[in-house]
Amino acid sequence: MAELYIRTDLTDLPDERGYFGEFGGRFVPETIMPALDELENAYAEAIADPQFHAELSHLQRTYTGRPTPISYARRLSEALGGAQVYLKREDLAHTGAHKINNALGQGLLAKRMGKRRIIAETGAGQHGVGAATAMALLGLECHVYMGSVDIRRQQPNVFRMKLLGAEVIPVESGSRTLKDAINEAMRDWVTNVEMTFYLLGSALGPHPYPMMVRDFQSIIGTEAREQIQAQTGQLPDACIACVGGGSNAIGLFHAFRDDTATELIGVEAGGRGIESQEHAARFADLDISRPGILHGTRSFVMQNDDGQIMETHSISAGLDYPSVGPEHAHLRQLERAWYTLATDEEALEAFQVLSKLEGIIPALESAHAVAEAIKRAPTMPRDSVLLVNLSGRGDKDLDTVISILGE
Amino acid sequence: MTDTQNLHGTAALEAMFARARAQQRAAFLPYFPIGYPNYAASLATIKALADAGVDGFEIGIPFSDPIADGPTIQAATQIALEAGTTVRLCLEAVRKLRAQGVSQPMLMMGYANPLVAYGTDAFVRDARAAGADGLIVPDLPPEEAAMFADACTREGLALVFMLAPTSNDERIRLASAKASGFIYVVSLTGITGARRELPAYLKDFIARLRASTDKPLVLGFGISTPEHAREVSGLTDGFIVGSALVRAGGESVESARDLAASMVAAIRE
Repeated sequence: MAELYIRTDLTDLPDERGYFGEFGGRFVPETIMPALDELENAYAEAIADPQFHAELSHLQRTYTGRPTPISYARRLSEALGGAQVYLKREDLAHTGAHKINNALGQGLLAKRMGKRRIIAETGAGQHGVGAATAMALLGLECHVYMGSVDIRRQQPNVFRMKLLGAEVIPVESGSRTLKDAINEAMRDWVTNVEMTFYLLGSALGPHPYPMMVRDFQSIIGTEAREQIQAQTGQLPDACIACVGGGSNAIGLFHAFRDDTATELIGVEAGGRGIESQEHAARFADLDISRPGILHGTRSFVMQNDDGQIMETHSISAGLDYPSVGPEHAHLRQLERAWYTLATDEEALEAFQVLSKLEGIIPALESAHAVAEAIKRAPTMPRDSVLLVNLSGRGDKDLDTVISILGE
Repeated sequence: MTDTQNLHGTAALEAMFARARAQQRAAFLPYFPIGYPNYAASLATIKALADAGVDGFEIGIPFSDPIADGPTIQAATQIALEAGTTVRLCLEAVRKLRAQGVSQPMLMMGYANPLVAYGTDAFVRDARAAGADGLIVPDLPPEEAAMFADACTREGLALVFMLAPTSNDERIRLASAKASGFIYVVSLTGITGARRELPAYLKDFIARLRASTDKPLVLGFGISTPEHAREVSGLTDGFIVGSALVRAGGESVESARDLAASMVAAIRE
């Protein structure tokens, strides 16, 4: 039998209750508890079915364009004068970001479950575009909740989603960003639960989402681990990925979790700096971030003293979220992964550096990971290897960058 | 109302249901959030509802991200938060209401995160000390409730779980085994909010629940008018009115009192 598309032998986590250590779980209204049971069972059946792996694998090869390559960033590495930097090119996946990996996986699952109405939330619009694309391909109806602030800053993606046949529903509640889009998607799900599949875009939310999204994204690391060894003859000294909800990071890290000589480094959005309190660095600012419960899962949450969720800030809409996937909280607690941050300014600088030196315009989200490589590489020996997940392409961010840098 | 005055927690709720049952009606438990339209007015509203003869209360603790609530309660609790309403202030409100002579059972109703931030043991202890009788947490299914369950047992507070039309027999048994005080029956698949009509399947749904649990059933979501109140009064042990009263309370204390009084009258006819 061919190797299964998704490896299920890498970890026992989450446990039966959906916990990664003390993080995770299922904190949702009763109305959707049976739907989560149903989803968990359907996913368990799918993942045990070689046919499901084969279908997803086929789509990923013939539609998404997987495997995505890794590129050696020669000029960047030379300029940095230390570690050799390699980029995992998720920006080359169809739709221009890693989000399609999960959208196709959950889309196939929805189809298997006989659900024809798909809802999704989106921040930067990449998951919304991924979802709209996958649903166009699979012939399912797609409704995307998006905060009106994000709609304003991500116009091209809004148009893309509409072009792909999805309905984009503006969310006007709360801070009108990703957090509120998730609230509204959950309210929709509570209301239309029996006919609706909620296609959650990151490795967060109630069990089984953090596990399922990780599994669908784990192809990133599975491919990259082979590719980097083929190209360099070694495992990387460190893997670096940006962390909003954390799906591209967990997707990269997963295959490396037992390679304890490889450091795993997540990069959060430092926004205008920790002191400003205008950021989304859940692990860096423990004055306003601590374990709590948001959107169905227990993880680190940015909140005030009274447990009210705080508004976050990042130049990149995809990292602008007050909580983080529970498995990241667990990996951090185990000290298996380390989390740092890049500010808006550092990300913008990395955005330009990578464009000029490598001819690759990264998504502002991914630019946070590149920024960490720029800081770290010069401190490392020349025979060391950094593997950076370039989770998406930057075309969607041109308006944002133009508005800051000028034309 | 004197018969429940010296009881607290689950015992106070038992007495409340017994009295309603003796009068061949359901108990009427309004929901009202602290801090809406402002702190003083929320207390005045709750006091006015108490004087109008309601049987108990859900005292709403505002949260920034209320995923089970519709537009009315979202907007009201947002206003309450912007005015600085905290968990501590909600407990203080209960203490004040007790001091003003409100004797009906009061259950604190709020989402998990603010209570976790306060400290679950501390919250249950302080709720009891303030005079509250129970706790309802809409995003806390029985599976995750261990963090509150021991403290509630220790303090004698009711820990209420919800059941919905989507709940299967296994989940009905689970909620029945773990709930104390009563079971909050969500009338429909959806979020809170006033509705024109109650769902047609309500009788069958309640019958299905009765077959698997002997816990008191309190119906909520969508109950908005005296007609609705009369309709459910013969069906369940209690009912909750939220959005309709919150909307009225946003107009004036008197509007909320008048709506509540018309419902009290409807179930006593």
